[in-house]
Amino acid sequence: MSIPKSFLGYKRENGRAGTRNHVIILPVDDISNACAEAVANNIKGTIALPHSYGRLQFGADLELHFRTMIGTGRNPNVAAVIVIGIEPKWTKKIVDGIAETGKPVEGFHIERSGDIQTIMKASKKAQEFSMWASEKQREECPLSDLWISVKCGESDTTSGLASNPTVGNLMDKLEPLGVHLCFGETSELTGAEQVCAKRGATPEAQKKFMKTWSDYNDFILKEATNDLSESQPTAGNIAGGLSTIEEKAFGNFQKIGSRKFIDVLEPAEEPKKGKGLYFMDTSSAAAECVTLQAAGGFNIHLFPTGQGNIIGNPIEPVVKLTANPLTAKLMSEHVDCDVSKILSREMNLDQAGDKLIETTLKVANGRLTCAEALGHREFVMTKLYRSA
Amino acid sequence: MSKPDLIIHDEKDNVGVVVIETTKKGQDCNAWIMENDETVNVPSANNVPLGHKIALVDLKVGDTIFKYGHDIGKVVKEIKKGEHVHVHNVKTKKW
Repeated sequence: MSIPKSFLGYKRENGRAGTRNHVIILPVDDISNACAEAVANNIKGTIALPHSYGRLQFGADLELHFRTMIGTGRNPNVAAVIVIGIEPKWTKKIVDGIAETGKPVEGFHIERSGDIQTIMKASKKAQEFSMWASEKQREECPLSDLWISVKCGESDTTSGLASNPTVGNLMDKLEPLGVHLCFGETSELTGAEQVCAKRGATPEAQKKFMKTWSDYNDFILKEATNDLSESQPTAGNIAGGLSTIEEKAFGNFQKIGSRKFIDVLEPAEEPKKGKGLYFMDTSSAAAECVTLQAAGGFNIHLFPTGQGNIIGNPIEPVVKLTANPLTAKLMSEHVDCDVSKILSREMNLDQAGDKLIETTLKVANGRLTCAEALGHREFVMTKLYRSA
Repeated sequence: MSKPDLIIHDEKDNVGVVVIETTKKGQDCNAWIMENDETVNVPSANNVPLGHKIALVDLKVGDTIFKYGHDIGKVVKEIKKGEHVHVHNVKTKKW
């Protein structure tokens, strides 16, 4: 298959390109959700991103909160942003971080004026942003404007056999064309960590990966009451035939094909070393991981599933693929790309990779994913520890 | 090229994965080794569902299970060739 050299995206002020054109209403904290949702309800063409945190956090946990908020606003799939928080200072910090991209952003705080006044003022601005964004047209963008993140979920042995290697095949074909790629799931590389570390492109990247994984493993050993056998693999993984975390990890690892990663990112960190594959330190819980990758600036997500994970994200379209013929049949409304014929050898990996590239480009050009059509907008903050 | 009943990732592996809806007890399974494109025959000693593993050889307690050519855990209960391999007879070496 000859891979198209371009896709139709939305060009942004900072030179990035989006696969979507969202106007988001972003609450800084949990208590501003009601206000943000009211604004999104008032003004068509906007979406609110409610979440559970943002009060009394401190240290690295607070930094991660800000990085996730700011990164979500900066994502090129977002045309314009309304930020609403209880207090002016943190609201402004997030507005300023987003404003660096040059996109329209305005902040509102609720303290001393109440929900209703704030909803009124923010709605007025949201209307302006929504109508402005609706004028934007898709334009031809080079393929290298695609930033693709990957994460698998509700995995079973068909994930490691076929759907994850299909993503790996896509990476092997698209990386040379200059795209940014990102994989994560620190915990679910346990058992394959040594093999994964060797895929670091430089000794620094290898060392950084091992330190990230060891820090995580130390945390598990400290917090675990017995071991992780109750959580990793999950009941769904076990039902699908996965017996140990090592087996899950080697299956997971198939997603990067034969690529090497050039750097290790903090959760929600934007890559700075140019095109290529990055590892991001993330939780392996689907919604947390994709939220962090979207905040890192990735504009399209590939999600292989075995038993049938149904996750979506409000700003980053999540393309789902499966190689499990039962999942493809019983949960067809969640499956964007069915590669189950690999198991019956009616399709080889090369063909499956091409099929996934085709689906990915259709979605990049604007086709809704199953998760978008079904209204999945899971936006989940990663919290590192208790609040003050 | 016939449809396989089992797929084996690597020639070093001592387990294969069921890729049909279920194997039947006593079934002579057609197993495809992905790495070298060879096929071998393996008996199924149980009804084993899609995605679950079957032992390709006899395994003793303490033996290592190999899949993808890598160590994925240890045998905690003896397994005969053709038997279902899962959480009842295999455990992680981590945690």
